[in-house]
Amino acid sequence: MKLKIALFGIAKEIVGSASLDLDTPDQQSVAGLMNQLRTQYPALRELSSLAIAVNSEYAADEYQLQERDEVALIPPVSGG
Amino acid sequence: MHIYLTDQPIDVAAVLASVQDDGAGAVNTFIGTVRNQSTGRRVVRLDYEAYDVMAIRQMEHVAGQAQEKWPMLRQVAITHRKGRLEIGDVAVVVAVSTPHRADSFAACQYIIDTIKQVVPIWKKEEYEDGSVWVAAHP
Repeated sequence: MKLKIALFGIAKEIVGSASLDLDTPDQQSVAGLMNQLRTQYPALRELSSLAIAVNSEYAADEYQLQERDEVALIPPVSGG
Repeated sequence: MHIYLTDQPIDVAAVLASVQDDGAGAVNTFIGTVRNQSTGRRVVRLDYEAYDVMAIRQMEHVAGQAQEKWPMLRQVAITHRKGRLEIGDVAVVVAVSTPHRADSFAACQYIIDTIKQVVPIWKKEEYEDGSVWVAAHP
């Protein structure tokens, strides 16, 4: 399936774009997607933390992604 | 609850007014401002980036969690700024009202501490000779 991933902050700089169109297996978990992204963009491994959000909520590693999900990569937050 | 994300200067008095409540004997406010230095480097400005829809959702969750932990909370207001901020600008305002003061201090601190952990907003510090995304690397 094809996923569109929104990127922010340093993740946007690492990938070089505000969003990423990614081909990923039809049965893909959040953990699997994270591995795929870290393989494709090794600089992501150097971050203090990395999370994936699905439909504006933090997603658990085992969550099975759907093509219609709104997916975002969340590098370490620093608001406040 | 009154939750906002804005690219305009925050009207602190308006945030305070939004938590006014006749059942409250205490209003507690936290105001986060832009400091002129960070780990020894002179900061010239900050750029805040937000995942708007999720940031608002997560701020709502934080306010909701505070209401569960402190059921006596009367009003909660959170306004976070995004975009370019200069030294001294207000980046975030948290205000709560409660019947008594001890709960207002505790709830206000919980809210700002949790915002900093979970709300998808990113701060880039601009120095005279470069810039860094805060907290990105260990």
